[in-house]
Amino acid sequence: MTIDLTDTSAGAIYEALTEARRRMGGAALGMVLTLIVETDEAAQYDAMRSANQAGREHPCRVLGVITRRPKAESRLDAEIRVGETGPGETILLRMYGPVGQHADSVLAPLLVPDVPVVTWWPGQAPAVPSESPLGVLAQRRVTDSASGDTVRGVLASLAGSYEPGDTDFAWTRLTPWRTLLAATLDVPHPDIIRGEVLAEQDNPSGDVLAGWLSVRLGIPMRRGDSAGPGITDVRFETSAGEISIARHDGRTATLSKTGEPDRRVALHRRDQAELLAEELRRLDPDDVYGESLAWLFSDARADDGPDSDTFTLSGRPAAGRQASAEERLAAQVEANAPEPALADAAATKAMDANEGETGVEAEQEIANQ
Amino acid sequence: MVSESLTSAPGDHGPAPASPAAAPDVQMLTNPLRDPRDRRIPRVAGPCVLVMFGVTGDLARKKLLPAIYDLANRGLLPPGFSLVGFARRDWEDEDFAQLTYEAVKQHARTPFRDTVWRQVSEGVRFVPGDFGDDAAFDSLAETVRSLDAERSTGGNYAFYLSIPPKAFPVVVKQLRRSGLSDPDTWVPPEGHHPWAGDRRPWRRVVIEKPFGHDLKSARELNDTLNEVFPPESVFRIDHYLGKETVQNILALRFANTMYEPIWSRGFVDHVQISMAEDIGIGGRAGYYDGIGAARDVIQNHLLQLLALTAMEEPVAFDADSLRAEKEKVLSAVRLPADLATGTARGQYAAGWQGGEEVRGYLEEEGISPDSRTETYAAVRLGVGTRRWAGVPFYLRTGKRLPRRMTEIALIFQRAPHLPFSATDTKELGQNALVIRVQPDEGVTVRFGSKVPGSAMEVRDVNMDFAYGESFTESSPEAYERLLLDVLIGDPPLFPRQEEVELSWRILDPIEQFWAEYLKPDPYPAGSSGAASADAMMARDGRAWRRL
Repeated sequence: MTIDLTDTSAGAIYEALTEARRRMGGAALGMVLTLIVETDEAAQYDAMRSANQAGREHPCRVLGVITRRPKAESRLDAEIRVGETGPGETILLRMYGPVGQHADSVLAPLLVPDVPVVTWWPGQAPAVPSESPLGVLAQRRVTDSASGDTVRGVLASLAGSYEPGDTDFAWTRLTPWRTLLAATLDVPHPDIIRGEVLAEQDNPSGDVLAGWLSVRLGIPMRRGDSAGPGITDVRFETSAGEISIARHDGRTATLSKTGEPDRRVALHRRDQAELLAEELRRLDPDDVYGESLAWLFSDARADDGPDSDTFTLSGRPAAGRQASAEERLAAQVEANAPEPALADAAATKAMDANEGETGVEAEQEIANQ
Repeated sequence: MVSESLTSAPGDHGPAPASPAAAPDVQMLTNPLRDPRDRRIPRVAGPCVLVMFGVTGDLARKKLLPAIYDLANRGLLPPGFSLVGFARRDWEDEDFAQLTYEAVKQHARTPFRDTVWRQVSEGVRFVPGDFGDDAAFDSLAETVRSLDAERSTGGNYAFYLSIPPKAFPVVVKQLRRSGLSDPDTWVPPEGHHPWAGDRRPWRRVVIEKPFGHDLKSARELNDTLNEVFPPESVFRIDHYLGKETVQNILALRFANTMYEPIWSRGFVDHVQISMAEDIGIGGRAGYYDGIGAARDVIQNHLLQLLALTAMEEPVAFDADSLRAEKEKVLSAVRLPADLATGTARGQYAAGWQGGEEVRGYLEEEGISPDSRTETYAAVRLGVGTRRWAGVPFYLRTGKRLPRRMTEIALIFQRAPHLPFSATDTKELGQNALVIRVQPDEGVTVRFGSKVPGSAMEVRDVNMDFAYGESFTESSPEAYERLLLDVLIGDPPLFPRQEEVELSWRILDPIEQFWAEYLKPDPYPAGSSGAASADAMMARDGRAWRRL
């Protein structure tokens, strides 16, 4: 059922919603959260579709917010969809003029009682998500730094304004990579001395991954560039050979360890709806993300500034384990002089591997992973 | 944040590797990439080989092989995971891969992806042969060892015995003879770095019900397995325990405050645990005849559900604590004093089931016309603890019932006093909390509510929590969960031999009594079961919930 309301108010929307639900026979009572989506006219179709798809796993009320023509006269239009797109409800709100500055006043009465609120910005993220009007309403704030204009700038700004409850798709996209890396290190292995992450130049996930590995492993991590798509290589230099994971086609990764045969493993990129569904699975603050992000933009970053193509994170003794003397020494050495040989060889290899690549879809949301 | 003191102490790096060779400094500490706060990263199985016996069976095709693909698709299988099939078929690796491919295409729950399939199929091998054939097992051992070399599987093997229990002794013997079952004789493949083999590899064996057909045979079966595999490496699959709702019983009871206070004889009138099937015995005549409903379902599934419903809070959520509580409650189960009135058994006769005319049990192919095997069984059990004294637990199961359904229902006592007139509450039944195990997994609370209108009239209503159809997309299938637990070596969801023996202790006296004195009571297919079971409830002043 679709109901269009023009020049309306939050109260009228709420009444229409209740009426619609009554006529549908009590649908959508088991909603687990309210999802606010702040988007624009161009991106709303994809965003709402992803939200509804994620809503199949997490039945929710989706409140899409589009602010239009700020100079116009104040007006609120609403499009209510119930029982069409999944188990939840969808309300698309278009705000004209001054009301757009007070979107939170429209949304507050429309939040589902008792359940958590999540705000998602599929496009440009606000400078300080936790203080933006729609971010204040939510305990979980989801941004996507990959969709910003200057990716590293967005990431740096998010790091600066980080509050528990913030999270970013650059981090969500990493879950399969991080799972594979964790599984790789579940097996006994020699001491890891340093490592590097290669990804497309403006790929924020590559940066965050380097930050995470540096924090957790307490080793210096170099972040280098490759032709993509997304993240292509993670390499560790160990006390006895190399451990590397390479994914040059965006689909299948190859795990190589010195002295062992290469093994292939599927490592595919996920679409927006899957990323959102993962975000909605956990609604408590993601401290590990916060730490990785903080580390990435802390003094430990021994590079030439945020706009440089490559940079190196120096290691620090990692949480939950003891770093060997060798590692700490290596960390110091690394901080002063990045290892050029490993980096160059890696870059060449990555280039070679990418030459034969064809038919890789360059969908922005996917390629950034 | 980590305190400084944790990061010092050079040389404090665990004991030196035992290997005399100048082994590199092996990282044996916990994986720093794993952090309990980081719950996005799932548990992933370590490198291993899964050797499956009975790959051509229904279970393998419909559940196990698709579950392996689904696990791979979710990124929960390690790189290098390998699957070896063993069966009496003149097949090459490709034929088995083809069977797996078709099984996956048809039955997998996650979308099909070429890349994932390629990852899985690269590790698929097949070894043809008979269980009695030494050469076949030698060739199996060779295949598995070559996988160790080709795919770095670390010498970890799980053996899935999806075969009739009578074949267990010979297979287990063969595993020992061929050296496959012994982790201590395993040597890392040549050229592999010592750290890869530094950890002692594991061996696990997975078996499916039936775990024997009485206490004696269950013990024999266990002895057979224990000759070769230590008890902690035997994984008994009861797929009910892999279901989300069944695990949710524990969350419901022990993560909340509002249920546990009423979870006792002070409030509960009785408990009904039912598993109904709409199908007949199908092609299982050979297995089913002589076994019957009670051994097939009550001994394992229903008694496990009873244990989870009635047990006390485990001190921790680990395998030992959970099993200890389950064993306590199973050992407290009491049989009815008079088995003739406290149990019932039935056998389906011809009738109409779901709009189709179906044969009776005795007319099924492969069933002797004078078979006394029951297809419906009901028992009233007591639990001799302070919490449950005097609360009957009614268990029932049957085939050719109106629909397929499994549930646990706690029926509460009536309110001690109703300040309404009798006519106001005429339609008010007993409050109930129903855990729906399948289908439509969820929880229903049933209570009285005022009917809208000017008169005071109270009627039963349902409050429903459903995992929802949509939810199932991402919730793993029971076999997926259990297979992963086997490969990780996580035992809480697998019953221990003690539980199996305790269950047989409960069932054996009933089976003996039935064999001697009680013929199954025929019931028409499609009806709600044996009349004697309804009479058993009526004598207690109760009634079964409608199926």
